[in-house]
Amino acid sequence: MTAVETRQKRAKKENQPPAYDRPAGARRGISITAILPTTVLLLAAVYFLLPVVWVFFSATKSSAELFTTPSFTFGTALWDNIVELFAYENGSFAKWLGNSFLYSIVGALASTLFSAGAGYALAMYEFRGKRAIMVGLLGGVLLPTITLAIPQYLLFAQIGLANTYWAVLIPTMITPFGIYLAYVFARASVPVELLEAARVDGSSEWRTFRSVGLPLLFPGLVTIFLLQFIGAWNNFLLPYIMLTKTDLFPITVAMYMMLNRGGSEPILYTLAIAGAAIAIIPVVAFVLVLQRYWRLDLVSGSLK
Amino acid sequence: MSALLQESERAGGEATRTVVLPPKRARKPHLQRHTLFAYGLMAPALVMFVVVFIIPIIYSGWLSMRGRGESSGGAFGPREETFVGLANYVSVFEDDTFWVSLGNLGIYSAIMVPLLMGTSILFALLLDLPRAKAKSFSRTAIFLPYGVPSVIAALMWGFLYVPDISPVYQLASGLGVELPNLLSGDWVYVGIINVVLWGGIGFNTVIIYTALQSLDRSQIDAARIDGCGEGRIAWYIKLPHVVPATIVTGLFSVIGALQIYSEPAMLSTLTNAIDSTFFPLMRVYRDAFAHDDLNSAAAASIVLAIGTVLLSLLVLGGRQLVTRKVTR
Repeated sequence: MTAVETRQKRAKKENQPPAYDRPAGARRGISITAILPTTVLLLAAVYFLLPVVWVFFSATKSSAELFTTPSFTFGTALWDNIVELFAYENGSFAKWLGNSFLYSIVGALASTLFSAGAGYALAMYEFRGKRAIMVGLLGGVLLPTITLAIPQYLLFAQIGLANTYWAVLIPTMITPFGIYLAYVFARASVPVELLEAARVDGSSEWRTFRSVGLPLLFPGLVTIFLLQFIGAWNNFLLPYIMLTKTDLFPITVAMYMMLNRGGSEPILYTLAIAGAAIAIIPVVAFVLVLQRYWRLDLVSGSLK
Repeated sequence: MSALLQESERAGGEATRTVVLPPKRARKPHLQRHTLFAYGLMAPALVMFVVVFIIPIIYSGWLSMRGRGESSGGAFGPREETFVGLANYVSVFEDDTFWVSLGNLGIYSAIMVPLLMGTSILFALLLDLPRAKAKSFSRTAIFLPYGVPSVIAALMWGFLYVPDISPVYQLASGLGVELPNLLSGDWVYVGIINVVLWGGIGFNTVIIYTALQSLDRSQIDAARIDGCGEGRIAWYIKLPHVVPATIVTGLFSVIGALQIYSEPAMLSTLTNAIDSTFFPLMRVYRDAFAHDDLNSAAAASIVLAIGTVLLSLLVLGGRQLVTRKVTR
């Protein structure tokens, strides 16, 4: 009886006009309790935007201007920097950007597909060895990248894959965390009853997966793709270990190499800055445009 | 009460239906067919997992137990590898640079992880406040660095640490303050930590913020009606609610902290304060590729892997304790 009463009370509270949401003071414009949090958030925004804004201003400056003009003013050398950057090492910069796109798009697509199949199977079916596979995947999430990258390199060297596109693509195609996320998404968005209904209707397991499971999983798969794409774009250690041919470098390794040489050729500093500005444009645009399509609520659900 | 009755009726109905079902052995072929299908769906991922994870791990273990044979024609003789058991592990533990790099890693992690988690929680709580303004702008700004590769973040901050070109140093000297050079001496920890925090806070904030969004709002409204301030609501209602999510993001932060490589490697191109053995993974890289001593590198990286897994299990164990407390 008391339970019913409290439930009624709660229902009443939920139906109260929203005025309770904002205590009386809030209506009178900005109060002191709004200023402090807003100030902290704006200061944080300045901190997080600072290097990005700085790098775009600095990309417009010549070597001399970089050290002499105030930070947030435009220089005169934007076009020269871009021309010089794309001419550097016989026009390799465009190639490095292309490589980054190749590694990220192909790697993320493949790993999303593999994750979808494995995650769906783990979430929807009971079978022998399921627990062992789950434990193995969790172990894969916990392992330090370099622990794997060195033996991976040695193995790939032995079968002749080191210093090829495959050396970076193959390890990018499989991410235990992606499989785990697909598993969580499948459990959250594909009801088992639906599978059973499809089975009763005579649909084969494969057809059920394709026309019932995959469409329901799709928003989750978009999230996985985005996470993997950004992870692959940002990857440094794996290509750094796997590749020595500059032709195959992704943008991250190329920028490291460029700055590493900068000590002996100071002109490379302006090129590195211009390169950094260009290299972050695609991913930053990616993050900004697609942040509303992310289903990070489910990621956080998976972490509970 | 009536709902409960319906519930049991439904259960009873199902029970009678299972009785009607054909005997067990008739169902078994079905289940096996599903098992086959499940394995078929997983096959590509499993094959890749074996190639990319399992085989390298075993190979790494094998490498770590092997070493250059001694006295087989001196330093210039042919390189012979023999089984040396745990000798590589012993020499890792006897090496001072290993302990120094581990100490550096400890200092770095002990400062970085609490700061990362603390600021992420703070920003998530601020973004969740009904009165704060400019929220979607600051949320986007906070999240933006997530898209910036860590080497490029290190490159940009590296330049911002150079007093001659940094707006921060210019501003400070304009105000008559002389900032320390973050690329020298022990200040280099601050330099590295700043880059990592800049790149990591956004993702953690968004995860904790989305966890906050799932909180039952009527609870907060009730607290507000009772005259509870935002600070107390955050401390007594919101914080306990996000503790489980926070601990797991904390776990990922710890794993990330132990694996730090690209930021210090990039910054080391701008300073002498970071040497090639500053952090354990940098030392592993030096052993494997600069010293061409794969066996020692394998042993050290296995020590690190075991350490990481043990630490993660510790954090997960702590999490279970806390979640039990919260749900109780």
